[in-house]
Amino acid sequence: MADLSTNFLGIRSPNPFWLASAPPTDKQYNVERAFRAGWGGVVWKTLGEDGPPVVNVNGPRYGAIHGADRRLLGLNNIELITDRPLEVNLREIAEVKKNWPDRAMIVSIMVPCEEQAWKAILPLVEATGADGIELNFGCPHGMSERGMGSAVGQVPEYIEMVARWCKQTTRMPVIVKLTPNITDIRYPARAAKKGGADAVSLINTISSIISVDLDSFSPTPSIDGRGSHGGYCGPAVKPIALNMVAEIARDAETRGLPISGIGGITTWRDAAEYIALGCGTVQVCTAAMTYGFKIVQEMIDGLSAYMDEKGFRTIEDFRGRAVPNVTDWQYLNLNYIAKARIDQDACIKCGRCHIACEDTSHQAITSMVDGKRHFEVIDAECVGCNLCVSVCPVENCITMEEMVAGTDPRTGRPVSPDYANWTTHPNNPMARVAAE
Amino acid sequence: MTELAAADTVPFETAPGTAGPDIRGQRLAAADYARNFSDMHPPLGRHEALVESDRCYFCYDAPCQTACPTGIDIPLFIRKIGTGNVDGAASTIFEANILGGMCARVCPTETLCEDACVRHTAEDRPVRIGLLQRYATDHFMQGHTSFGTRKAPTGKRVAVVGAGPAGLSCAHALASEGHDVTIFDARGKPGGLNEHGIAAYKAVGDFAQEEVDFILGIGGITLEGGKALGRDLAIETLTAEFDAVFLGVGLQGVNALGLSGEAAAGVVDAVAWIEAMRQAEDKGNVPVGRRVVVIGGGMTAVDAAVQARKLGAEEVTMVYRRGEAAMNASAFEREVARNAGVVIRTFARPAELHVAAGAVTGISFEKTVTDAEGRLTGTGERFTLAADQVMKAIGQSFEPGPLGTIGLEDGRIAVDAAFRTTNAKVWAGGDCVPAGEDLTVVAVEHGKRAARSINAALKA
Ligand SMILES: Cc1cc2nc3c(=O)[nH]c(=O)nc-3n(C[C@H](O)[C@H](O)[C@H](O)COP(=O)(O)OP(=O)(O)OC[C@H]3O[C@@H](n4cnc5c(N)ncnc54)[C@H](O)[C@@H]3O)c2cc1C
Ligand SMILES: Cc1cc2nc3c(=O)[nH]c(=O)nc-3n(C[C@H](O)[C@H](O)[C@H](O)COP(=O)(O)O)c2cc1C
Ligand code: SF4
Ligand code: SF4
Ligand code: SF4
Repeated sequence: MADLSTNFLGIRSPNPFWLASAPPTDKQYNVERAFRAGWGGVVWKTLGEDGPPVVNVNGPRYGAIHGADRRLLGLNNIELITDRPLEVNLREIAEVKKNWPDRAMIVSIMVPCEEQAWKAILPLVEATGADGIELNFGCPHGMSERGMGSAVGQVPEYIEMVARWCKQTTRMPVIVKLTPNITDIRYPARAAKKGGADAVSLINTISSIISVDLDSFSPTPSIDGRGSHGGYCGPAVKPIALNMVAEIARDAETRGLPISGIGGITTWRDAAEYIALGCGTVQVCTAAMTYGFKIVQEMIDGLSAYMDEKGFRTIEDFRGRAVPNVTDWQYLNLNYIAKARIDQDACIKCGRCHIACEDTSHQAITSMVDGKRHFEVIDAECVGCNLCVSVCPVENCITMEEMVAGTDPRTGRPVSPDYANWTTHPNNPMARVAAE
Repeated sequence: MTELAAADTVPFETAPGTAGPDIRGQRLAAADYARNFSDMHPPLGRHEALVESDRCYFCYDAPCQTACPTGIDIPLFIRKIGTGNVDGAASTIFEANILGGMCARVCPTETLCEDACVRHTAEDRPVRIGLLQRYATDHFMQGHTSFGTRKAPTGKRVAVVGAGPAGLSCAHALASEGHDVTIFDARGKPGGLNEHGIAAYKAVGDFAQEEVDFILGIGGITLEGGKALGRDLAIETLTAEFDAVFLGVGLQGVNALGLSGEAAAGVVDAVAWIEAMRQAEDKGNVPVGRRVVVIGGGMTAVDAAVQARKLGAEEVTMVYRRGEAAMNASAFEREVARNAGVVIRTFARPAELHVAAGAVTGISFEKTVTDAEGRLTGTGERFTLAADQVMKAIGQSFEPGPLGTIGLEDGRIAVDAAFRTTNAKVWAGGDCVPAGEDLTVVAVEHGKRAARSINAALKA
């Protein structure tokens, strides 16, 4: 049996699955239910400074986009940080940590961008026995308008400054949670590292308007006829998050900085992909909010079975394995040639591959052969783009097959076994300049 | 089989203790009738329709559409349901098939669109196209009294003979082109077999008449009931008075068993029996035998057998001369029959009717076999079924009497690819022509195609 336990910044947890700072971690009741279900750790719902707590709207906070069968693909929210008094949260955090000493307890914090504010709250959090803190520089709505959350996360200098204050004030490991609402994620990550942060976690939610009500013409969720942008999360954001994680993992300045991966994690596979891109733990919010805490049992079992099958004893055995394979487009091998192949036994003849290729790509799939409905790839036209694979409703019915030898019937050129990329391609003006 | 041999020796003419055949109504409690004649496939609710519409792959050159005799753009209408444009979905259906509502109820989808659905290939569970079609058309018909608009009047007049699916479809298409249409029907009530033939549990309530009203709602169509071609009307006068004529008269004759005793009480023609039953205000008043034998293997035989059971017949046996695979009734329909408690017997043909005091008491069959060429021969072995009622469902035939000089082919009205007869002013379609299967949806397509040709001829 694979060992799923993790040691992230010295914080131990029985598995890499943490609940992200959000409603599932807003109170003792939820968190203890989560631990009972098997979650390895939690990042407590973001705490604000002492005093009257923030207030939430009293109407709908969520909006969603759905796939077939109303499967929730993307969730949008306009919720703020915790709206419960600070001392209640602190008391419950201490209680939970005492009851569940083997689980990771991270506390998310967001206070105004003043040194005094951070210095005031950190000792209170430390006193709960929490294992670490996460600085919420990500919330894109409500808090950012008050100069917190993503308003800080969008200015690398602020990130660095606040991270430094925290490192100077507390013994606890400091994780900086990054906002994706920025052009280049490497800058805030570098700033966090410069400020002494022990790790980054990402992503927080993406600024979004989930839909517009076509009767009332209000954005949704609509509060009395008006809406505001919210934060987008769930399965739909995973690709964006994975790219950002990879960018940080392979950046010369931040390489090796521990990462807790967040964004759309719904199954063990999603989690394994984040780990393969270097994450030491993963955090989950929407999947738990969609299906309840029990989903972690599938995640644990699936990851464990995968690791057994691959012969990985611990998470570290495959963590970061995909990072060296992430490269820039210009280094991709232009001599690699693939052609689509249709498994005729699996094909159900829906014709979607044909019409996608015919209307929008390279006219490389038949619809009729000898008067019969038949879908087959025309190698002389196929550029190997993978569109047909993407639209085929039957898994593995169309696959991409590498041409290892012979002549590409499309270009009439022989298949070369050598690696050659754009940097040296004759059509590249830069390469021409270099050669001259 | 010993059981059958024994039956042969029983003097069934006068079963001990019975006084004549037992044919009567009120075999069941009122609630049983209501339950038995409720919708065979209850309509989909909104949630079910959305879930089902999600299953459609929006196929290219969709096989389901190819399989639909009226060529409804199925992927498009299903997609419109999925996006909440339900009336738009219905419009897509009605544009191809103005009787889309009835077809959604009566089409043997298991041999048409749903058989061709790629999800049937993939997982033996096709998209439920028929039920989605019903969802869309019901929705539209609840909110609208008609479909389509008429083009500017052309001043041309077309006579349509027969207010069945073929005639109605033709009339609607012609009216929308701006022509004025008069429909004549021998019966007082329009709808053809939709009103008089289709099983009651397929089109519950008064759907056939609601649909006729919906179709006529476009305007420009006058209905004249009780006017029969050959009795009140003649081809020559119609072609003289109108610019074009469409014949959609269906099949009026029924095939006979050719046995002595066919005129005995209790031997009925299944189509006529169904017609009487369909028109009965109270199903409880429809007389049905205690033991019923239905002869035939098509849709009519199944409908007669199933409805006999639903009316309370204790034993219903359907007997067909060939194997099940040769039956016109689909596997699904055979299952419907079996679920209703009908016993299906195959490879037996009627040999002798047993009659006592002018009423049928039983019927003997001869067992059959087919040879390599599919030819049927009797084996000489017999068995006998006691029966209070024998229903004949061995096919309908066309009665060419009132046609005048119009040419025939295979005993029905000969037509070209555009459904024009040998008389240049007369078109024909539906069951009365030899093209395609005898199905509602096929009749609708014929009417539609004939209307196209008529319109082209009138505008030429
Ligand atoms: C019992 C039974 C069950 C069936 N079940 C199904 C089913 O479930 N699904 C399916 O798709 N199909 C079914 N069918 C077949 C389907 O009903 C027919 O194919 C379809 O109705 C043919 O339409 P039509 O317009 O050609 O003829 P019809 O529906 O027969 O209409 C012909 C019309 O012409 C009128 N008419 C006839 N002669 C004259 C005349 N001389 N002058 C004036 N008017 C005349 C008649 O009164 C009638 O109204 C069934 C048929 C039967 C008999
Ligand atoms: C309703 C809701 C409230 C959230 N509140 C917080 C918060 O208080 N602090 C925080 O750091 N992130 C918050 N998040 C962001 C999540 O922690 C997480 O980063 C994001 O949802 C992406 O993960 P997911 O795709 O698994 O949901 C919230 C998300 C949701 C849906
Ligand atoms: S999820 Fe619960 S709290 Fe939220 S709207 Fe529904 S019932 Fe109310
Ligand atoms: S998309 Fe897939 S299943 Fe559909 S026709 Fe193409 S190969 Fe066959
Ligand atoms: S064949 Fe089935 S899946 Fe394809 S378009 Fe028709 S109903 Fe949809």
